[in-house]
Amino acid sequence: MELDLAFIWAAIIAFAVLAYVILDGFDLGVGILFPFFPEKHEKDVMMNSVAPVWDGNETWLVLGGGGLLAVFPLAYATILPALYAPIIAMLLGLIFRGVAFEYRWRTKRAEPLWNWGFTGGSVVAAFAQGVALGALVQGIPVENRAYTGGWWDWLTPFSVATGLAVLIGYALLGATWLIMKTSGELAERARRYAYVAGVATLVAMGVVSLWTPFLEPLYLQRWFSWPTAAFSLIVPALVAACFLVLAHGLRTHHDSRPFIASLGLFVLGYAGIGISFYPYIVPTSVTIWDAAAPDESLAFLLVGALVLVPLILAYTAYAYWVFRGKVNPEEGYH
Amino acid sequence: MLENLDATLLARVQFAFTVSFHIIFPAFSIGLASYLAVLQGLWLWTKQEVYLELFDFWKTIFALAFGMGVVSGIVMSYQFGTNWSVFSDKAGPIIGPLMGYEVLSAFFLEAGFLGVMLFGRNRVGPGLHFFATLMVAFGTLMSATWILAVNSWMQTPAGFAMNDAGQFVPEDWWAIIFNPSFPYRLVHMVLAAYLTTALVVGAVGAYHLLRRTSPLRAGTMFSMAMWMLTIVAPMQILAGDMHGLNTLEHQPVKVMAMEGHYESHPDGAPLILFGLPNPEEKRVDYAVEIPKLSSLILKHDLNAPLDGLDTVPEELHPPVPIVFWSFRIMIAIGFAMFGLGLWSLYCRWRGSLYDSDWLHRSAIVMGPAGFVAVLAGWVTTEVGRQPFTVYGHLLTADSVSPIAAPAVATSLIAFIIVYFLIFGAGTFYILRLMSRLPRDPMGDLDEGPIRTAGITPAPQAAKHEEVRHGA
Ligand code: HDD
Ligand code: HEM
Ligand code: HEM
Repeated sequence: MELDLAFIWAAIIAFAVLAYVILDGFDLGVGILFPFFPEKHEKDVMMNSVAPVWDGNETWLVLGGGGLLAVFPLAYATILPALYAPIIAMLLGLIFRGVAFEYRWRTKRAEPLWNWGFTGGSVVAAFAQGVALGALVQGIPVENRAYTGGWWDWLTPFSVATGLAVLIGYALLGATWLIMKTSGELAERARRYAYVAGVATLVAMGVVSLWTPFLEPLYLQRWFSWPTAAFSLIVPALVAACFLVLAHGLRTHHDSRPFIASLGLFVLGYAGIGISFYPYIVPTSVTIWDAAAPDESLAFLLVGALVLVPLILAYTAYAYWVFRGKVNPEEGYH
Repeated sequence: MLENLDATLLARVQFAFTVSFHIIFPAFSIGLASYLAVLQGLWLWTKQEVYLELFDFWKTIFALAFGMGVVSGIVMSYQFGTNWSVFSDKAGPIIGPLMGYEVLSAFFLEAGFLGVMLFGRNRVGPGLHFFATLMVAFGTLMSATWILAVNSWMQTPAGFAMNDAGQFVPEDWWAIIFNPSFPYRLVHMVLAAYLTTALVVGAVGAYHLLRRTSPLRAGTMFSMAMWMLTIVAPMQILAGDMHGLNTLEHQPVKVMAMEGHYESHPDGAPLILFGLPNPEEKRVDYAVEIPKLSSLILKHDLNAPLDGLDTVPEELHPPVPIVFWSFRIMIAIGFAMFGLGLWSLYCRWRGSLYDSDWLHRSAIVMGPAGFVAVLAGWVTTEVGRQPFTVYGHLLTADSVSPIAAPAVATSLIAFIIVYFLIFGAGTFYILRLMSRLPRDPMGDLDEGPIRTAGITPAPQAAKHEEVRHGA
């Protein structure tokens, strides 16, 4: 039997994007919450809680994009022009917040400026990612290997809704991360924000989930006809379970459980979207098999991925382990 | 059609602008990562505090430069899709996996160990910390290797076939990666990064030697940088020469543009030192030339015939004046570096390396020269490849996304504003950090800054140790 390389790669890319969303999600979330913590001292600790790992987190985005170019070049070549404006906005946002990690410590006078750069960049990047997601889900028309839609097609009420949903979700990840990594007044405050963000996330997920099936007959069929309709029962049930764990963890002042429950919410939301449009990679124009590069390309990179991805996961885990536990407010190399 | 052309031009400007900003940071961080590893290794080996202090000093600067490299690099990896989608679709099966390997084997490595390197010394101990620094340095070199394989394949494509969809499909990965220009380009670029860093480190050292507040630290870094320069600058000239000969073999038209040879020279071509290329009239005005030297350099024979651009259809000419000038800028800087290296060697031999003010002033002036040479070199390479993206196979005009000019123009303006703001601020912070080298410990003691003719760091280092142990 031939190996279905396109399918394997679809799974790897999906994993890379998910890894990106949950990892960079929490550090973008810390940026989103920045203005809600007025004390300079608190901001210092917040930033130091993600400073050693944010670069690694963002590298998953490069793998998602670069991987798409390598194994699904047609998808890369049609999705990016279709999402031109949100992608550029995201890149600019990531620039601002990325440099803020260093610049903020290099100046007293302009520190408020880079605080805002950190927040603004995080908000823009998160919102733009959500908009891009929504625009992808609502479909991208392709003809003759080229995007054929207009320049504002990405902007719809649905994509704005997904943009907000991602923004809120990242804030939840950020808040629960802070609960886990900090202590005292800061953690208490983060816990209060986590309640609000948790409820808002649930509402946002509900809105987007109810909206999605009505965008495309295919999605409707996925969610309401057998056997895939089974997911329509399972996924919401698991979401509810995660939410209960979240609420319970917050109430009982458990440090890490709320964060893990929030990760669970993201994984479920992500899986829900995947279920909706598989096997399309550009809904509903291009399937993973249409978009796949020749087998020689897929096989060549797969060898490397099979060796290197486990290695990457290992040393990434090591880096997290080195910086485990609560952030020591006195530490930091600056 | 005209509208399409505008979008192409704008996309080219945008690519050139963003990649030119990007390459500045890798050129510095590749060299600096290796320098940090060397400093830390020396500290572990000799236990002299000065190496650790220099490590900490440059580490902070590295963190800033590296951050700017990362954010400007992420823009690059998405730009292929937003602005060059047709190119991405067609060349993706070949360049994509190479860049995929870059992410997997280089970017993750750098990013994974960067945190440990910057923040983790107290948590992991000196041994593992050194390992993290080595991994970061190794990652930057891996990154250069893969991206230069990509770029070199675009210059001298090999090992591929075309499929029905018009895509380049891989046939022989070995031939793709080790394409004809790759070894030369890799060596030339890595040496360029080391030279760039050596000049910056040398300039900072020279500045502080002139200020006379920390002669030990400043002297140590100045001496290290000048050794690097003295050794690597001649290597770079040699590597560049070989690179040029290889280009003559595989991209002769580019060499014609670099040399300003509009006409063929059947019996020995002159080397045009300076002149004003005139693309309308197809000649070089006011040329200052040395007869037959170009044939001697390129063919090792005074009378060897050399073809000129008159043998090439005009629509396949690269923009000659840009290539001609950028090439000369790079060469001139290359020889200036060589000269500075020799001068420092002479002063070292005379024993005046640490107090020759004119040498120090020159080193400061040459501080940014590496960046200029790197940019000039890339402009020669990339503009000389025009009008192709994949040399000989895919025209630039056929590579661009079907995007509307206003969209590209808007994003271009946004990039320009943001880059100048962000990277301007970053450069300012870096310069300020560079100007704040802490005083040598004994400089704070009673006698004030010590500086007598002929003093080298060695006796001072001994003294330094004494002070620390005595305290
Ligand atoms: C000769 C070296 C060289 C060259 C020609 C390029 N780069 Fe680069 N790049 C590096 C050497 C490098 C580096 C030294 O490895 C950097 C600098 C700072 C860093 O984080 O890694 C980097 C960073 C960097 C990043 C961020 C990685 C991260 O998240 O850590 C991306 C996505 C790219 N680059 C992509 C590109 C693309 C698409 C290029 C071609 C147009 C390119 N680079 C040219
Ligand atoms: C990093 C240093 C680099 C610099 C400074 C640089 C510079 C340039 C410049 C000036 C142009 C515009 C040429 C013109 O339009 O006349 C250009 C175009 C281009 N370069 Fe590079 N380049 C660099 C690296 C690379 C690399 C590593 C790649 C491949 C991965 C690459 C791929 C391209 C492409 C696709 C274009 C657009 C099409 C074109 O105009 O040729 N460049 N670059
Ligand atoms: C004086 C001696 C030098 C010679 C003869 C020389 C020769 C060359 C040639 C022929 C090319 C174009 C190759 C091609 O596109 O096919 C090139 C490119 C380049 N040069 Fe130089 N060069 C010299 C010095 C330098 C210096 C001092 C630097 C920087 C510190 C530098 C940096 C570059 C870079 C970054 C490129 C583009 C990447 C590449 O093609 O490797 N060069 N050089």
